[in-house]
Amino acid sequence: MEALSRVIPKSKQARREALTFYIFISPWIIGFIVFTIGPVLASLFLSFTRYNPGNPARWVGLMQYETLIHDKIFWKSLKVTAYFTLLSIPLGLVASLSLAVLLNQDVPFLSGFRTIYYLPSIISGVPVALLWSWILNPRFGVLNYVISFLVGPSGLIPLGIQGPNWFFSEEWVIPAYVLMGLWGLGGPMIIYLASLQGVPTALYDAAIIDGANGWQQFRNVTLPMISPTILFMFITSMIGSFQIFTSAYVISQQGQSLGGPNYASMFYVLYLFSQAFRRYRFGYAAALAWILFWIILALTILSLRFSEERVYYAGG
Amino acid sequence: MAEIAERAKPRREITLLAGLRERLTSKSFQHGAVRILATIIASLGSIVILFPVAWMLSTSLKTKFGAVQLPPQWVPTDPQWHNYVDALTHNPFHIYLKNTLFYAGVGVIATLLSNSFIAYGFARLRAPGRDKIFLLVLATMMLPYPVTLIPTYILFSKLHWLNSFKPLLVPAFFGSAYNIFLLRQFYRGIHKEMDDAARIDGCGYFSIWWRIILPLSKPALAAVAIMDFMWRWNNFMGPMIYLDQREKYTLSLGLQMFRAPFGGTYMHWLMAASLVTVLPLIIVFFATQRYFIQGIVITGLKG
Repeated sequence: MEALSRVIPKSKQARREALTFYIFISPWIIGFIVFTIGPVLASLFLSFTRYNPGNPARWVGLMQYETLIHDKIFWKSLKVTAYFTLLSIPLGLVASLSLAVLLNQDVPFLSGFRTIYYLPSIISGVPVALLWSWILNPRFGVLNYVISFLVGPSGLIPLGIQGPNWFFSEEWVIPAYVLMGLWGLGGPMIIYLASLQGVPTALYDAAIIDGANGWQQFRNVTLPMISPTILFMFITSMIGSFQIFTSAYVISQQGQSLGGPNYASMFYVLYLFSQAFRRYRFGYAAALAWILFWIILALTILSLRFSEERVYYAGG
Repeated sequence: MAEIAERAKPRREITLLAGLRERLTSKSFQHGAVRILATIIASLGSIVILFPVAWMLSTSLKTKFGAVQLPPQWVPTDPQWHNYVDALTHNPFHIYLKNTLFYAGVGVIATLLSNSFIAYGFARLRAPGRDKIFLLVLATMMLPYPVTLIPTYILFSKLHWLNSFKPLLVPAFFGSAYNIFLLRQFYRGIHKEMDDAARIDGCGYFSIWWRIILPLSKPALAAVAIMDFMWRWNNFMGPMIYLDQREKYTLSLGLQMFRAPFGGTYMHWLMAASLVTVLPLIIVFFATQRYFIQGIVITGLKG
């Protein structure tokens, strides 16, 4: 009885307020049941079945997971995605944070620069993928032309370096995606910039009195103060990079197989998609989705654990 | 050592050098130098960032052969403006545009209504379990979308909603964690006295939400609307999974299909069509960037 009375508010007014609260959030509750928790449980169930459209789901226990362990392309897609993440996250973090620090130096036309750097982030998706597959075209692409103009066999500095085949090369396809991703560095940069502007100037004044130079100020004042933002961006961009799909789909369809060449750009979700919507192996795709879920959860928890003593929360 | 060397020099030179050193090490000079250097680097960076878009424009104005010519023509000498007409009439782009506007328009309205409504509950009304439910809302942001993708697809196919906009639009009426979070943060910044004054005037919770909170939240609502509009405009996976017929295609889908038969050879058309696709986004962004950036910052910083 006592526990119940603690949950149900005593006064009539409070009860009405609580009821109104649930009315206001009822769309979310319905959506959560129908589009989130329902499908989450359904996909867990599906991962233990063999299911394709037209046939009823058949319980197969752990068979899909066993198949998965022996699936070379699954391992390849995991490797490809991990390699991309390992390459793009540190590079993106350093580049966007440096840019934010740069623009925070009392630069004139700040809002103009901010707009220019942010521009690539708004035009994501298919047009960007098409644009970059054109710029990085091995034969006619402008980047390889510039490379050969500068350091090619008869270039300004004749080092005999030729531009790689980018999206058509097993070795260079992932760096090409990283390069394309770096173009969007303005997105995180805006958030870092806002975070930098929130660091109290009194802290810098104190550091200067103590004789700290520029780097020491950055290392001992700026970094700790913006560390929560860095952690947040690190986790969200990691989750995002594990779910890359559109650019990989659009680019790798260019005259070659999905995820080509030779599965070198078979990103995880691309493989999941091809299993689900090309081969209609819903059970197998659901198993892939659940593996992804555990990977992302584990990585998130790991980064939170690892950062526990390294992230400074003001006032907390 | 330095002192001895200095003493050896003629007096006039010493004062000159000392003056120079003083100026070079003075705070205002260093500040100015850093500022100039930062501006130069930022300007060079801007050119690198803008170059791909300029290249898109340049390619779109070349002939088929001019586009693959080496060394490349940086600025087309004889701009082929008719490329735009050709690229856009070769495919029913007006239908794609109409579909995209419908998808983005209805989606934005649904998003605004649902999220602003739900967020009011979380921001203002006290109820047992509220904070735990809000944590649950935030937790859904961490959920990778592939986990729900397949069952939702099966659900919509059972409802016979495939090849329609319903799977893309109906979920928008039930809110999404990111927008609920953004609006709740904003609502909490509105003084509660406003609510109290309205309540004394006899307003119920619904009319407080509609008449007081919504009009005061225009900047945040604008941010949500713009981001949702851009997201829908760019969205590729959803339309690709759910829309089969060409008459239903959105721009991003049309652009991808447009590319397929030509491979890389019709780059001038492809770049023209791409530029037309991104141009509305660029215009919307320039016109509304104040709200846009504010929205990103609200969620990014408080996250």
